[in-house]
Amino acid sequence: MSVLLVLEQSCGKTRRASWEALVAALRLGPAENITAVVIGAQTEALAAEAAAKPVGKVIRVEHPLLAQYTADGFCAALQQLIQNESPTEVVVFSHTYQVRDYAPALACRMGQVLIGDVVAIEDGPKFVRQLMQGRLIGSYRHSGIGPCFVSVQAGAFRPDATDTRPGAAPAPITTFTPTIDAAQIRTKPGEPFRASEQTVDLGSAQRIVSVGRGIKEAANLSIVQELATALGAELAASRPICDNGWLPMERQVGSSGQTVAPRLYLAVGISGAIQHLVGMKGSQCIVAINKDPDAPIFEVADYGIVGDLFEVVPALTEALKAAKQ
Amino acid sequence: MKIIVAIKQVPERDAQVRIAANGKWIDEADLQWAMNEPDAYALEEALLLKESGGACGEVIVVSAGPERVGSTIREALAKGADRAIQILCDDLNGRDALGVARLLAAAIKPENPDLVLTGLQSEDLGLGQTGVIVAELLGLPHATMILHVEKTESGLKVKRELEEGWFQSIELPTPAVLTVQSGGNKLRYATLMGIKRAKTKDLRTVNAAELGAEGTPAVVLDQIAAPKKQKSTQILPGSAKEAAAALVEKLKTEARVL
Ligand SMILES: Cc1cc2nc3c(=O)[nH]c(=O)nc-3n(C[C@H](O)[C@H](O)[C@H](O)COP(=O)(O)OP(=O)(O)OC[C@H]3O[C@@H](n4cnc5c(N)ncnc54)[C@H](O)[C@@H]3O)c2cc1C
Ligand SMILES: Nc1ncnc2c1ncn2[C@@H]1O[C@H](COP(=O)(O)O)[C@@H](O)[C@H]1O
Repeated sequence: MSVLLVLEQSCGKTRRASWEALVAALRLGPAENITAVVIGAQTEALAAEAAAKPVGKVIRVEHPLLAQYTADGFCAALQQLIQNESPTEVVVFSHTYQVRDYAPALACRMGQVLIGDVVAIEDGPKFVRQLMQGRLIGSYRHSGIGPCFVSVQAGAFRPDATDTRPGAAPAPITTFTPTIDAAQIRTKPGEPFRASEQTVDLGSAQRIVSVGRGIKEAANLSIVQELATALGAELAASRPICDNGWLPMERQVGSSGQTVAPRLYLAVGISGAIQHLVGMKGSQCIVAINKDPDAPIFEVADYGIVGDLFEVVPALTEALKAAKQ
Repeated sequence: MKIIVAIKQVPERDAQVRIAANGKWIDEADLQWAMNEPDAYALEEALLLKESGGACGEVIVVSAGPERVGSTIREALAKGADRAIQILCDDLNGRDALGVARLLAAAIKPENPDLVLTGLQSEDLGLGQTGVIVAELLGLPHATMILHVEKTESGLKVKRELEEGWFQSIELPTPAVLTVQSGGNKLRYATLMGIKRAKTKDLRTVNAAELGAEGTPAVVLDQIAAPKKQKSTQILPGSAKEAAAALVEKLKTEARVL
């Protein structure tokens, strides 16, 4: 299959997620059939980096109006490129915030639908993605004519196989200049900013007790706080706890919060949605307490207790105190 | 401002889900249903915008799905939406994101709204696309993962969430489509008065077939399944006390993290 792989940059460097997408692309076709696409206003270094990877060729989509990401600019440029590179059978992205922002519109413009957040590719090809917040998986296929658009979930495809090819000549690089008019770009993006000073550094914590919606009410947080104290751990949370204002956002773990990798991560009443898992699955030892034996958090846990956290958490605090004596 | 909010009814979060006999979707019998969480935040943002804008604003809910969706629509009306359009459609799961977006866009277009809000993602399918496609079909600019919307002289200024705790402001003209992320506001509850008034509010139903928005799907969901277990988790059995004691022992001697 001929595959177009759209790479994404952050601060002038290709994002790791893009190399994961390359692994997915290699499932669909041999390296010679993969065209890596870098897009922006100054893509020379990005293109050189891509050319050293197992790809057939690299295309620089260059235009001054692409210096800053906008959905309108990227859709216009990539639509022209895909039409120019026809026939492209599959277009592969990493499922980042940026891709979520424009790829569905790009696919729609071409009469297609993005198969987003893919975790595995099976023969067919069939694209596997999560449903019901990770409690089920679904297998999707592209039907009809035209390119198939696919984005892959962070962490689902391991990039070890995409090391540079020692000894091989770099892939050829060409430049494609799309026609874009400033009037086509309707949104005006501002510079990224952070909310406030971070006062806790969860990233360097050795132990973390993290609490989710299973705790039901803010008033119940004291039982997990006591557990955290008994363990000498920092307290963290899933997103809904911070959304509700029960804990400050700087204690949120996950794709829109902190990424942590403590020696011990204890998840209490957290279901294990992928956006939470990406922030903690690198932890050395993961423990989950959840009343639902099928909760996806058990997929990544080393130890689990299936039960009511309102019984298990106080019991665990007691057991830890007893063990210290 | 005339604001349309697209609201999806999804299975309640704690509902036990079983795979249907045909293996293509979940068994919907005996399920409890709820408003998709990000959509509740989209509705809240719409109501706040209306309240800050004086008397001329209007908030209209649109939802596609079978008969049962009416209960979620009533909930939105009870919270303060002015009226609603229900797109009756019994084959929602046979449509891809473009198919659903076509229905929504066809219902939204004749209303000529200033702003369309959707949730950023549904809790059942989790496609995270429908709002962006609706924007494309309506020919409107869009922004995604929005936490806050502010009206300006020339249009809107919105706060967009980025990865890892970063944010960004975006300015865009109206009419526009925004997909709303959870957590930007505190959700209100429906008051008794609101629930009473909702019963008298205008809820128009339209059959999907009448919208002239049919098309063949570009992607097909073939089969659903339980995820394959990849890691063997040691589940510690017994009472809470026994399991807790066993865990402490394991953490000390096996995992060596205490
Ligand atoms: C773009 C995007 C970014 C996101 N970013 C993040 C992020 O950074 N971090 C994050 O966490 N989420 C994030 N989310 C949200 C994520 O998808 C989930 O909605 C969220 O993680 C769910 O939190 P939870 O597990 O606490 O709640 P739920 O999913 O509601 O889970 C609650 C769990 O508690 C269990 N439970 C209930 N009662 C008890 C009891 N008495 N005893 C034991 N167990 C009990 C239930 O079985 C359930 O498993 C993001 C979502 C999107 C779309
Ligand atoms: N059947 C539907 N009726 C109304 N709105 C919907 C429907 N399906 C999706 N949406 C909207 O589109 C958003 C994103 O859904 P999805 O693309 O399925 O993740 C949801 O949060 C809703 O606002």
